[in-house]
Amino acid sequence: MTLTSYFMEATYLVASILFIFALKGMSHPETARRGMFLAEGGMFAAIVGTLIGAHIVTWVWIIAGLAVGSILGAWMAIWVPMTAMPQRTALSHAFGALAAALVGIGEFVVHGQEMSAVTRGALGFEIMLGSLTTTGSLIAAGKLQGIIYGKPVQFRGQNIVNLGTFLVMVGCAAFFWMHPDASTVFYSMLGVAFVFGVLLVIPIGSADMPVVMSLLNSYAGLASAATGFVLGNNVLIIAGTLDGFSGFILSVLMCKAMNRSITNVLFGGFGAVVAESAAQTGGVMREITLDDAAMQLAFASRVVFVPGYGLATAQAQHAVRELAELLEGRGVTVKYAIHPVAGRMPGHMNVLLAEANVPYSSLYEMEQINPEFPSTDVAVVIGANDVVNPDARDNPKSLIAGMPILEVDRAKSVIVLKRGQGRGFSGLENPLFFKTCTSMLYGDAKSSLSHLAQAVQHV
Amino acid sequence: MIPAVLIASVYVFALAAFLGYQVISRVPPLLHTPLMSATNAISGISLIGSLVLAGAKGYPLPAHILGFVAVTTATINVVGGFGLTDRMLKMFKSRTAKKEEAK
Repeated sequence: MTLTSYFMEATYLVASILFIFALKGMSHPETARRGMFLAEGGMFAAIVGTLIGAHIVTWVWIIAGLAVGSILGAWMAIWVPMTAMPQRTALSHAFGALAAALVGIGEFVVHGQEMSAVTRGALGFEIMLGSLTTTGSLIAAGKLQGIIYGKPVQFRGQNIVNLGTFLVMVGCAAFFWMHPDASTVFYSMLGVAFVFGVLLVIPIGSADMPVVMSLLNSYAGLASAATGFVLGNNVLIIAGTLDGFSGFILSVLMCKAMNRSITNVLFGGFGAVVAESAAQTGGVMREITLDDAAMQLAFASRVVFVPGYGLATAQAQHAVRELAELLEGRGVTVKYAIHPVAGRMPGHMNVLLAEANVPYSSLYEMEQINPEFPSTDVAVVIGANDVVNPDARDNPKSLIAGMPILEVDRAKSVIVLKRGQGRGFSGLENPLFFKTCTSMLYGDAKSSLSHLAQAVQHV
Repeated sequence: MIPAVLIASVYVFALAAFLGYQVISRVPPLLHTPLMSATNAISGISLIGSLVLAGAKGYPLPAHILGFVAVTTATINVVGGFGLTDRMLKMFKSRTAKKEEAK
């Protein structure tokens, strides 16, 4: 080994340690930013180390790639609105996975003949995970952006087709493992993996996106880790594994928050089933006027806001903060209740409310806020549906039976802000809307909230 | 890959998985979106593999071109990921920090 190679390895070690410190910093909002600076330093060191130590001779492609990537990356970092965070994250899973897959193809092109069996095995994983994550994430991003129809796409025998595709993909990988010179099989594996990624995500409905996002995150990370095995590079293994496990932990948390298993999310096609098993609640939804709602809020002593995906679509995060500040000015205690799967990705609501300048000490997790609902005067549900559906708790026949919910129906009164009388994404009837303590305020969440704020000022 | 290297790599993988589990299970749900964005940026470290592919000695042109695309997408993740994570984390403020800002 030459001196420059030692230097390169040293930068990799430093980068690995700094990455772990960065994630440790993430345990608290106060330390998170400092942690990220460490990670950025680690990344920079590793890049410089590579450029010095890896016997680079052709600079033109590198400079072009770094320049184009930096411009696009910076553009994304600056311009992407917080409401578009789920689709941008899905897109970045796709980019990360694509990079891993391409490095794998490149390794095959350059060293294909002289690879050991172990390396070929790792390469198979890298290519499969990398390619299926690329197309799967692109589909997810398309659904979130609304370019692709968000409802689950299903057809007869879908699970059999998916299983068949999966087996063909794994079969190709196994054949390639045994026959290193079978480049046709290698490229077939690549193609089938791309197709499998699409098949995997199209049957999944928008409401299940938090799980899918976390899973894709996990796959993208594991693809990077597999790249590390192929290249014999430890910092890639470490960073990829951290990413992979982070995604895995998040998937488990999201599944728990919906009381479903990962297999059920992937193969269940939730939301396409019309909820006939749900109890026919019937009854009338009681509408409330703006002035009455404002009156209720203004004279309450404890108010809890419950945001859902509707808050994001209506971009109502600033409007809700303005209303909350007016109420606080009148001496009302205001809290926000955040369900783990509210929105389209883990932590979606927290980011939106933080953007609107809501202090994080006002944001409460489900376990913290649930005991407080009985002493809450008004719970305001903004574009949330399934996460406040009491059927999950009360009706064992319901499709979402057993899913932990925010128990807003225990509050003294509930105001539901909703676009129209229709059902939510899951297509389930929500008995909360028919309760006597509940009143409905129809209309776009953003304008409803700002009108409420005006009305509260005049009380 | 010789067996000794493979075994060392498996050690690294297992330890990283364990450490990752320990560290990440302490991240509060409040920060789950920035966490996802941050781990994404960190796994953009596959950039270093792409750099080698794009420019190393003795590699054929197709490898350089694959490397170029990989460098581009990985750089988008590194720059965009770190940039966005920081932009998000800047927004998370405690009540006291907010009051000081208002003064």
